[in-house]
Amino acid sequence: MMMIKMQPTMTVSLSKDTVQIVKEQDVVFLKNRVKEVAVRIKMGLVNQTRLITAASELVRNMMRYGNGGVCVIEVVSSGRVNGVRLTFIDKGPGIPDIAAAMRDGFSTGKSLGLGLPGTKRLVNEFDIKSKVGEGTTVTILKWANG
Amino acid sequence: MSFNTHKLLQKKKKNILELWMKNQLADEGLREDLISNEELRSQSEELINALVGNLSSENFTDLQSEEWSPVIEILGGIAITRARQGFSPRETGNFVFSLKEALLDVLQQEITDDAMTLFKESLKINRLMDNLSVVTFETFIKGREEVILRQTDEITEISTPVIRVWDGILALPIIGTLDSARTQIVMENLLQEIVETGSSIAILDISGVPAVDSLVAQHLIKTVSATRLMGAECIISGIRPEIAQTVVHLGIDLSNIITKATLASALAYAFKVMRLEVRKAAVVGKF
Amino acid sequence: MDKIPILRMGAFLLVTIQVDLYDRLALNLEADLVQMVNKTNAKGVLIDISAVSIVDSFMGRIIGNIASMSRILDAETVVVGMQPAVAITLIELGLPLKGVHTALDMERGMNFLKTMIDVEADDDDQDAADYDSIAE
Repeated sequence: MMMIKMQPTMTVSLSKDTVQIVKEQDVVFLKNRVKEVAVRIKMGLVNQTRLITAASELVRNMMRYGNGGVCVIEVVSSGRVNGVRLTFIDKGPGIPDIAAAMRDGFSTGKSLGLGLPGTKRLVNEFDIKSKVGEGTTVTILKWANG
Repeated sequence: MSFNTHKLLQKKKKNILELWMKNQLADEGLREDLISNEELRSQSEELINALVGNLSSENFTDLQSEEWSPVIEILGGIAITRARQGFSPRETGNFVFSLKEALLDVLQQEITDDAMTLFKESLKINRLMDNLSVVTFETFIKGREEVILRQTDEITEISTPVIRVWDGILALPIIGTLDSARTQIVMENLLQEIVETGSSIAILDISGVPAVDSLVAQHLIKTVSATRLMGAECIISGIRPEIAQTVVHLGIDLSNIITKATLASALAYAFKVMRLEVRKAAVVGKF
Repeated sequence: MDKIPILRMGAFLLVTIQVDLYDRLALNLEADLVQMVNKTNAKGVLIDISAVSIVDSFMGRIIGNIASMSRILDAETVVVGMQPAVAITLIELGLPLKGVHTALDMERGMNFLKTMIDVEADDDDQDAADYDSIAE
């Protein structure tokens, strides 16, 4: 079986679920779904809060800059521990300079510009891919005990 | 026409089990204190059934084959249980090696006239059992690692007690190296205790922390900031002169944090903030 | 449209956020509170977030805005009852809520505001012996 490796940690996907993000109410729905999944794999309260907050940041970016998109919620396993992987995919304008966007204090919109680096600090793995004119995909992973 | 070892083994399943059990029970490394003979027998029987039942001429040397997964699963289960029960690697290894002996013995009894076939088939069984031994050891070590990780978790859990030194004042003595995982637990315990006791001051005593580098300092600053967000104040005490030196040399800015040299001076500061006074009781005149 | 109720108690305004805020609701709260501070000439604003489980950078910014706007209108803002998990997450996110006062619970927050106002009025009443901190 061949798999394209996207994350530094080899993982096995145990369940997969896709949520469409179009309007503001979808954000509430997404947060609840993420919470359900996190509780199901027995993630601690602080890690749950980190994960949902990270999701909240990314979904806001997607609504603001990417005209909405989809979020894939996955339960993954590294063998020893389980985790939640979220993939945010939008077909927005894309980010021309990812390195700049990952610096604290950078922003193109009217926010504090903490979104991406702050979000990265909340999760165990963070991956961003963007192509100008095609869209942006952000993948985050939080282990139940990390 | 090749010899059908798998058919032979299937036919001789009972013999193999008996031989294997005999080997195991005769071994001086038998751990009757950890596993009863009946239990050992049922484990062995389960494994043989799976092993012989899944044998075919095609998969004999190919351990990647799907058909082996039940065998590997059973073997893995046994290895993990043994790791947890405290069997030594040798004892766990002998479990599989003694099965190999039994298989080879049976083969030898059956193939009496053709040395070439006996050699070829023995080699095949050898390879198969060696592969299974490797699987056993891998799982055994994984089981032991899990035990170690669980113990590490337990140690971190018990090594961070939050003490109520006064109504409204908490103290948390940290002993040992402060890494990210530990800070996480320290911080969570402290903040939770602040909520539960309604304490407005927390003292983090680092007398027992061997060294403070910029990462540890960052962890401390994080804890202090989070405490403030909740509406309480966090004092860091127990800063030894060497630590003060390294902090300054490393250019770490602790100016936003209240630091005290000793737990006593931190407590005195806390009393002052809470407008409490500790006084020597007046001597009641007796004469 | 949902609204978060703002209660008036003497010179103070009390807000208890019982639901997880979504953006529009938070923006409305910011506007309503500033209006109320102005209308009632309040000296202090108490925001109880003990029931809030998620505060992201947007919510953090709104809280900061409310504090700054109120201060311009001569009212101090105290955020009370932040959950440990929320506090940890905000710090890691890089949002220490500079300039916002915090207190463990409503009572302490109230006492803190009373001392603040007393101090401002040059009153020497030292009854309110409670302690607060300012996030930095």
